[in-house]
Amino acid sequence: MSLWEYANPVKFLGLSARVQPYLWAAAAICVVVGLVWGFFATPDDFRQGSTVKIIYLHVPAALMAINAWFMMLVASLIWLIRRHHVSALAAKAAAPVGITMTVIALVTGAIWGQPMWGTWWAWDPRLTSFLILFLFYLGYIALWEAVDDPDTAADLTSVLCLVGSVFAVLSRYAVKFWNQGLHQGTSVPVATGGRTVSDVFFYPLVISMVGFGLLFLALVLYRTGTEIRLRRARALLARSKKEA
Amino acid sequence: MIALLHRDLMLAFRAGGGFGLGLAFFLIVTVLVPFSVGPQSELLSTIAPGVLWLGALLACLLSLDRLLALDFEDGTLDLLATAPLPLEAALSIKALSHWLTTGLPLVLAAPVLGLMLNLAPDGYLWLIASLALGTPALSVIGAFGAALTVGIKRGGLLMSLLVLPLYVPTLIFGAEAARRGAMGLDGTTPLILLAGITLGTIALMPFASAAVLRMTLR
Repeated sequence: MSLWEYANPVKFLGLSARVQPYLWAAAAICVVVGLVWGFFATPDDFRQGSTVKIIYLHVPAALMAINAWFMMLVASLIWLIRRHHVSALAAKAAAPVGITMTVIALVTGAIWGQPMWGTWWAWDPRLTSFLILFLFYLGYIALWEAVDDPDTAADLTSVLCLVGSVFAVLSRYAVKFWNQGLHQGTSVPVATGGRTVSDVFFYPLVISMVGFGLLFLALVLYRTGTEIRLRRARALLARSKKEA
Repeated sequence: MIALLHRDLMLAFRAGGGFGLGLAFFLIVTVLVPFSVGPQSELLSTIAPGVLWLGALLACLLSLDRLLALDFEDGTLDLLATAPLPLEAALSIKALSHWLTTGLPLVLAAPVLGLMLNLAPDGYLWLIASLALGTPALSVIGAFGAALTVGIKRGGLLMSLLVLPLYVPTLIFGAEAARRGAMGLDGTTPLILLAGITLGTIALMPFASAAVLRMTLR
């Protein structure tokens, strides 16, 4: 029994259909518990007031935005090496979810930043890196849409994902370098509060993070299934056209 | 390889090759900047390194369309792909000829345009050094973008979307070196990092470009 058996679309669909109900339920429970606990059952922060509560959306979304790209990277590698179509389609299915998470992280960050830092946007290294990540997602999705032949599209986007990952990491460090050089000792507090957060805020945050992870998994399985069926439908259409 | 370089250079220089286009674009962008931000010489001298870097980057991007598209249309690329010369080498040569026809003129023209933007006297050497070190990376990364989108109809806009994020590290280090130089600071650190990026991309990107091009031509 090897993992690669699930590269067979039929087996994959079968397993994913069996797993999905539990996954959706677990994701819903975790997200709801995490968010409700976070929003209503935690005290206000003594300095930030109630605005701190947006952390339960912001941090999990940011976490999954990065992990989604990482998952796409692994799936692209599997496609390039072993040429399993399910893998390529999973990478394709993950991209829109990842970009949504990126947008959620950016928007909630802006909403949080407005009362805290007095600005919607600052060219802080973290914010800038996320904007660049957003651009990478955009290019990746656009390339999938632009190429007609599905196999060529999978090939090209996979290489773009690999190269993009290298450059995303490069940009991350370049941006850090750039901003320190630009204004040293910036007055903008970087969003590193997560590690020093007290237990009261921490437990609902962890639950919310787990929930977002499960939600991502469920969404990707669902969307991959859709992509597989879409391709199957196209193949059937093409065959019936040929016979007619 | 030399024959290929010769051919590409000839095609670029002769009529219709668009040799001067990038340069003209660079000039126009730089001239438009004072119109958009105002003619205060202090402001201009602050933003001059950044504007010149951005202008050079956009001029490079503009001419990337021609790097592979024409050869793809008339079938030259298919011949190159089956030629004994590895496709990686062919693409490196193409990037080199792109740099010689676009990047190098930009480097040479930048000081003149810097004069128009009231660049600080200390900044010229840093600007030239950073552009000379950085523009090869722009050409090599651009060749990857061109290879990625060559099979797509009207891929020009898409290529900008794909290539511009890849330009971010180069732009940051290049403009940073020029900016520090113009402020009278020492720009060696960003310059060294920029050189690292350039050497790394020259060494590795042709493999990615050739892989992508093979997928398109398959």
